[in-house]
Amino acid sequence: MGDLDINKQAPNVVVWLLLLTMPFWLSHVGGYVQLGTQVVVLGLAAMALNFLLGYTGVLSFGHAAYFGLGAYGTAMTIRYLVPSTGLALVVGTVVGTIAAAIIGPLIIRLRGVYFAMVTIAFGQVFYFIAFRWNTVTGGDDGLTGWTRLPLHLGFTTIDIQNNANAFYYLVLVLFALSTGLMAWLLRSPFGRTLIAIRENERRARFLGIPVDQHIWMSWVISCCFVSLAGGLYALLNNFVDPRALYWTQSGDFVIMAVLGGMRSFWGPLIGAAIYVVLRDYLSSMTENWESFIGLFFVLVVLFFPRGVLGMIRRRVMS
Amino acid sequence: MSLLRVENVTKQFGSLVAVNNVSMTVEQGELRAVIGPNGAGKTTFFNTISGFLKPTSGQIIFNDEDITSLLPARRVWRGVARTFQITEVFPELSVRENLRTAVEVTAGYRLSPWLSGDADEEIRARVTELMDMSGLVDKADRLVGELAHGDQRATEIMMALALKPRLLLLDEPTAGMGDQETYDITQLIRKLHHDQKLTIVLIEHDMRVVFHLADRIMVLAEGKVLAEGAPKDIAANEAVQAAYLGKAA
Repeated sequence: MGDLDINKQAPNVVVWLLLLTMPFWLSHVGGYVQLGTQVVVLGLAAMALNFLLGYTGVLSFGHAAYFGLGAYGTAMTIRYLVPSTGLALVVGTVVGTIAAAIIGPLIIRLRGVYFAMVTIAFGQVFYFIAFRWNTVTGGDDGLTGWTRLPLHLGFTTIDIQNNANAFYYLVLVLFALSTGLMAWLLRSPFGRTLIAIRENERRARFLGIPVDQHIWMSWVISCCFVSLAGGLYALLNNFVDPRALYWTQSGDFVIMAVLGGMRSFWGPLIGAAIYVVLRDYLSSMTENWESFIGLFFVLVVLFFPRGVLGMIRRRVMS
Repeated sequence: MSLLRVENVTKQFGSLVAVNNVSMTVEQGELRAVIGPNGAGKTTFFNTISGFLKPTSGQIIFNDEDITSLLPARRVWRGVARTFQITEVFPELSVRENLRTAVEVTAGYRLSPWLSGDADEEIRARVTELMDMSGLVDKADRLVGELAHGDQRATEIMMALALKPRLLLLDEPTAGMGDQETYDITQLIRKLHHDQKLTIVLIEHDMRVVFHLADRIMVLAEGKVLAEGAPKDIAANEAVQAAYLGKAA
């Protein structure tokens, strides 16, 4: 029993040690703090997507909509309403979550490819609004003229505006809270009903689980954390443009989740790390970096269908 | 008072009448078998009772309540549980996790983000009880998808039982099983019927199982009721022999 627990805890310990010390070693391996922050933010988005994909068995191809709503909500709050980073993040997350909660009932009865298609369609609606509504969203040029602001906590002020490390740790704290909450939910009776739906929807239904209601809840939870990630993404870049809402962004989240391993809790984070690092490295060498990421993705799917983490896990087990 | 009354149920798919004006009354504590040749409409009939399909016409009265248009989950809450012809379990979860999910949902925890220590204890105890009853204890931590067909079926039946049903619907519980497995499942069903006084309706092809278990038998052919009665009457019924038993034997 004791050995088993150590085995189970080992990945958590490794992940947290790496994340906590990232600003100290990243520059020695050719990275920079903003890159690490990107990994954590996109990792959060991919893990949020995976709450729905890997643990409820529902594939969304429209999560960029809520990522983008979180980003625009956050950016527009700072730009137009109040100069408060904290409040802006809350507004962004709430806006994305409410949109998901409203759209949810319209789509949760659909399954498989139909669900995926309709989530894309809804996502594109928000994309075109952001794209066309120049005066408010900045249109194709994106929303500029604002930056993230220092965090006033009453007793002290954290300068996340100029200190990249401080911002990284703020992101990491929110990442820890979010993933902690997701892990906690997944280990609860509610979480087990979601896994039951993933495993066999018909059986779940005939156990007395109102499947549509549970899928709606999983969808809203997933979109809530994706919205938060979107808000953080806007803060990281001090900028947001309609591409954050575009359907290819949704595809990137799916790629990250599948690449890392959608049946493992940390898989999507690993996927996001691989994706971000590959993009950073390849895009400095070639304009066609996307084809290389695509090729890598195809290889992983063909040879390691359970993703990079799934493969490592199998190695360790055998 | 009868537990289940199916009244003049018809189910049409386009021009095909799969179930044609079938009525059935099942008493509390009864074990009823539904038999009939392939394509007789047995599973369709079953699906209208469990809520998988809505009948074209007719009524289903359970415990004096009209449940004809209730969703499956709501029928489960009222005490109707079922298994499927092709076993429906959670293949990538262990036997324990399969049963645990069913027990938790039944105990009303399906939306709970956490469990108290006491509640957790109670659920574990109930899961262990269910595994003891079915001889699945030594396979508790195996993935159900890796188990033999008979054990998967036993898991499915115990999941249905975890729901504390008042009526258990079993769709061909011994389909695709060897002799030993058939015997084991038959004994399990017999135990549930005798020891727990559970009301059971089952569809079955294996006549040894049917005549061993059933209190009453209903025979369907081409969507209609061909005969209904005690096993010995059914065995002696000429129309049944012609339509079904003759072919099977």
